[in-house]
Amino acid sequence: MRTEALTGGFADAPVEAAQVFRATLEALARPGRIATVGGAEAPAPVSGAAAVLLLTLCDHETPLFLAPGHDGPEVRDWVSFHTGAPLVGREEATFALGHWPALAPLGAYRIGTPDYPDRSVSLIVEMEALAARGARLTGPGIETEAFLSLPETEAFRRNNARFPLGWDCFFTCGQSLAALPRSTRVEEA
Amino acid sequence: MTDAAYNFAYLDEQTKRMIRRAILKGVAIPGYQVPFASREMPMPYGWGTGGVQVTAACLTPADTLKVIDQGADDTTNAVSIRRFFQRTAGVAATERTAEASVIQTRHRIPETPLTEGQILVYQVPIPEPLRFLEPRETETRRMHALEDYGLMHVKLYEDIARNGAISTAYAYPVKVEGRYVMDPSPVPKFDNPKLESPAIQLFGAGREQRIYAIPPYTRVVSLDFEDHPFEASKADHACDLCGAEESYLDEVITDDAGGRIFVCSDTDFCAGRRAGGHRGALAAEDVA
Repeated sequence: MRTEALTGGFADAPVEAAQVFRATLEALARPGRIATVGGAEAPAPVSGAAAVLLLTLCDHETPLFLAPGHDGPEVRDWVSFHTGAPLVGREEATFALGHWPALAPLGAYRIGTPDYPDRSVSLIVEMEALAARGARLTGPGIETEAFLSLPETEAFRRNNARFPLGWDCFFTCGQSLAALPRSTRVEEA
Repeated sequence: MTDAAYNFAYLDEQTKRMIRRAILKGVAIPGYQVPFASREMPMPYGWGTGGVQVTAACLTPADTLKVIDQGADDTTNAVSIRRFFQRTAGVAATERTAEASVIQTRHRIPETPLTEGQILVYQVPIPEPLRFLEPRETETRRMHALEDYGLMHVKLYEDIARNGAISTAYAYPVKVEGRYVMDPSPVPKFDNPKLESPAIQLFGAGREQRIYAIPPYTRVVSLDFEDHPFEASKADHACDLCGAEESYLDEVITDDAGGRIFVCSDTDFCAGRRAGGHRGALAAEDVA
């Protein structure tokens, strides 16, 4: 194991993880809001926001899929040392990390069952840019409407159409974090 | 001061991650009960172990915590949970609804409207709204999957047939965002309209091992019939201490001769009004 895998974790895990979780909860409960998170650093190309999400939410109970581009020995070592998450394929993953094109095919991920819709994947989508413009969002957590620069709209529209089944998305770019639950209705702006 | 013998907010990190993942799935599927591996807490089931675990997973050191039991900040349950988190998380505590960032509640929603940035955590005894109609978990789970809520409407109809009105007065079932029928915990139905809120609402049931959520601005409809619409009722009286006519009231027996007064169930709301100079019919002049 390379020694750089041992660095980049939280300095004060209980407090920093709590702060990141609150930002994550606010982001998911208010789709379109962009939060700033930080406190940890993973090997490239993992963004700072994605790194703290992994540290806050992943452990040995959450199989993780690393999409092409993110899957490499440095990232694998870092994830294994800091979270202990088993690295698996798309079909078994409860979390998946990568750029939007690399995460495809989306049909391979778990979307839950009618009895247990929570048994579904959460996608951590690394973005080149993240801004409150673009696709129009409505639904739970949004008072009137919100906007977010999604990588596309059709996949999210289809994902919402099968509610309560579906996957949920976190978007990360540098230290910025946004989220889109399956309950959000997405339209072209 | 934080007791250094405990991890921040008492629970270990792995437990908090598990609870946090359940909370996030609950937020993504409003009204759906997410199973979680509820832990033993240093208080018995029925004393808010579900709410305590959700609160522990949400707290940061910068938070200000308020805990209420039936609207009151000064009851045993509220005081002990507040002290538990002051000791294990080192957070500030308050009795003022407007100053709190996290509010844990047993069976009431504060009268003061909640705002964005606040989290309301409910203690839930029985999370399954269909449980008293169908005792089998396998069946109620299937009913939720199929959106088969006819039985609940039959129950409300039978209320009307027997009593002339829907007699369910607390834990009044609601439909969340047009999909899941949800138990809002045993809050009086007076509080149901407040379930549509700018705040994040999280529900924790420790013994039953379920977490569910209502995100901000989510549509929450109390079940009813066109000819028997839902009514948020309260005692037809004004608060005897602060004179409020719009707040939920407790009836308090004052002596052995049938004497009784009506007072606000929300102690912070009542105290705030009295501090603002409002007086009810029986308020002593020197009450500040």
